[in-house]
Amino acid sequence: MKSGHLLKAAFLGFVLGTAAFGAALAAEPPLKVGLLEDVSGDLAFMGMPKLHGSQLAVEEINKSGGILGRQIELIHLDPQGDNARYQEFARRLLSRDKVDVLIGGITSASREAVRPIIDRTTTPYFYTNQYEGGVCDASMISMGAVPEQQFSTLIPWMVEKFGKKVYVIAADYNFGQISAEWNRKIMKDLGGEVVGEEFIPLGVSQFAQTIQNIQKAKPDWLLTINVGAAQDSFFEQAAAAKLNLPMGSSIKIMLGFEHKRFKPPALNNMHATANWFEEIDTPEANDFKKRWRAKFPDELYINDMGYNAYNALYMYKALVEKAKSTKLEDMRKVIATGDACIDAPEGKVCIDPKSQHTSHRMRLISVGPQHEVTVEKDYGTIKPYWLGDIGCDLTKKNPKDQYTPSHLPNKS
Amino acid sequence: MSAELFSVFYQFADVFAFLILSAAGLAIVFGMMGVINMAHGEFIMCGAYVTVGLVKLGVPLAIAQALAAVTAGLIGVAVEYLIVRRLYKRPLDSLLATWGLSLIVTQSMLLIVGSSITGIGTPEGSFAIGGYTFSTYRLVLFACAVAVLIGLYVTFMKTRFGVMARATMQNAAMAKALGARTGRIYAISFGIGAGLAGLCGALYAPTMTLIPTMGATFVVESFVTVVVGGANVLLGTAPAAVFLAMIRMALNASYGQIIGQIGMLFAVILIIRVLPEGLSSVLVRRGR
Repeated sequence: MKSGHLLKAAFLGFVLGTAAFGAALAAEPPLKVGLLEDVSGDLAFMGMPKLHGSQLAVEEINKSGGILGRQIELIHLDPQGDNARYQEFARRLLSRDKVDVLIGGITSASREAVRPIIDRTTTPYFYTNQYEGGVCDASMISMGAVPEQQFSTLIPWMVEKFGKKVYVIAADYNFGQISAEWNRKIMKDLGGEVVGEEFIPLGVSQFAQTIQNIQKAKPDWLLTINVGAAQDSFFEQAAAAKLNLPMGSSIKIMLGFEHKRFKPPALNNMHATANWFEEIDTPEANDFKKRWRAKFPDELYINDMGYNAYNALYMYKALVEKAKSTKLEDMRKVIATGDACIDAPEGKVCIDPKSQHTSHRMRLISVGPQHEVTVEKDYGTIKPYWLGDIGCDLTKKNPKDQYTPSHLPNKS
Repeated sequence: MSAELFSVFYQFADVFAFLILSAAGLAIVFGMMGVINMAHGEFIMCGAYVTVGLVKLGVPLAIAQALAAVTAGLIGVAVEYLIVRRLYKRPLDSLLATWGLSLIVTQSMLLIVGSSITGIGTPEGSFAIGGYTFSTYRLVLFACAVAVLIGLYVTFMKTRFGVMARATMQNAAMAKALGARTGRIYAISFGIGAGLAGLCGALYAPTMTLIPTMGATFVVESFVTVVVGGANVLLGTAPAAVFLAMIRMALNASYGQIIGQIGMLFAVILIIRVLPEGLSSVLVRRGR
């Protein structure tokens, strides 16, 4: 009798097992998207739009049938601006949740913290911020703007308009240091002069001495690549001390929306080159903003990070559907054809096969005394050419390195 | 030349004000009462948020700042009564409890108020000397810092409450035997400490970005100043602030903010190595 029971149980188990298998075939399991964005901590105000942009894109894609017929499951973790937590959560998403793609990271420090972990897997990684450029890594696809799109446009314009002397205040970590290096290189090519450079530890909020150092150096304009809520206090304090200098940046206005967070005229005379800012007035952009505001009516500002995060999911969809596969190597074959493009709210953007960075329509914007944003110049579409020019070609070789003007690939 | 001289004074005053205002509340709570208050930064944040909220409702800035300090003080009294009171004999547990409180408060603020609120702008007013322009408000901060020091001295050295408070901190059992209502004195002292932290936030609110974690930018400086000052708050905090401000200002001016910060913290390590009791131990000995 006992053996009879066992047999029955085994049979039942078999039937149940095949039934479950059949059900799984009928509805394919969702695609898992791992998202690492700070929604608490010092950078929460920037990270929140990134989470919202991702949620909006996932909702839209799921409503219109998903990717290759599969729905997207978004798994968001909040590393709270802590790089150790970034690493821990990246490992968790990759090995426990087995995500199909990893997206996110705000600071360049957090990106460099998770990149080695991703490089040991075959999971694609999308970095969705503008940054200091130079990462030549086959696992990473960069959706934001890079120095040849931001600095090579902004700095010559500032020099022509305001003068050849610049003073730099930069956050003291890899983003600020490498951005300052870009500025030195471009200023040298233009015959300009860097009359001062000050690197500020993250978390510093008092700038009276910096303001005086600037007045002593008498620059024609300032390059402000200070990062984070504490360092942003510079603008309020400089305005109170009537510093009144033109400013340029790669991260202000469209990214940190300081013109919305500070009382006018603290951000007066700030300039930046951007692929996205909420004030863009085109039918595509307005349609995008309408959809965003319908879902998140209280958003203080739709910043470029949030916008790029939104695009990242559509770019992932385009790559997977063209490759008919979620494997990184198959997606990279699509990228290698040079035909990895999407119609984004800014216009058509494409991934460059050599560097896996994204082309962007760049505009130079300025902030007025009432914090109104004006488009000063439209550069059209700029490709991310620098990495390709210096010899990074991911279709041939994967160095997994980050290059800067002073750290170029070995010519071999 | 006079412009350079004034600029040196202005920079000194600026760092001094920042150190004194951020440390004054902690000097009482940590220096006198011995409570390692990890939520000090959150009292500062509270002062800043209340100020900005009131100004946006149309309250004049100075009144808003005063009300913000009072609000932080009242919350301080409540925190003392509900949490800290039970932990005076367990300093490490009070550290843990106040740290937990700080985490709860910052995260709740994030959920309720959001990740950032718009600022209110620094009051108008600037003046020029030589090639430099200065913000008048920074001198107001300096004046407030000096006023806080004088106020603390008068309160704790010249009033009946001050005498009883100092007696309570030194020997609570004896003070109680002599008729001091020690429970009340503890609550009021903690309230004054929290109120001064709130005042710091209120005064710096117009000049800074307001986020729930903003208190963190004050905390290192405040603990450092109090520790260097040593056990005797009234004799220690002010010279500690003068000393640290001079070092930081000189290094900031010549080598920038990074060296300024490193140099100041290095000086702190040296001092607590050589004078474990802080600067006040030397001053008190001289005084005797």
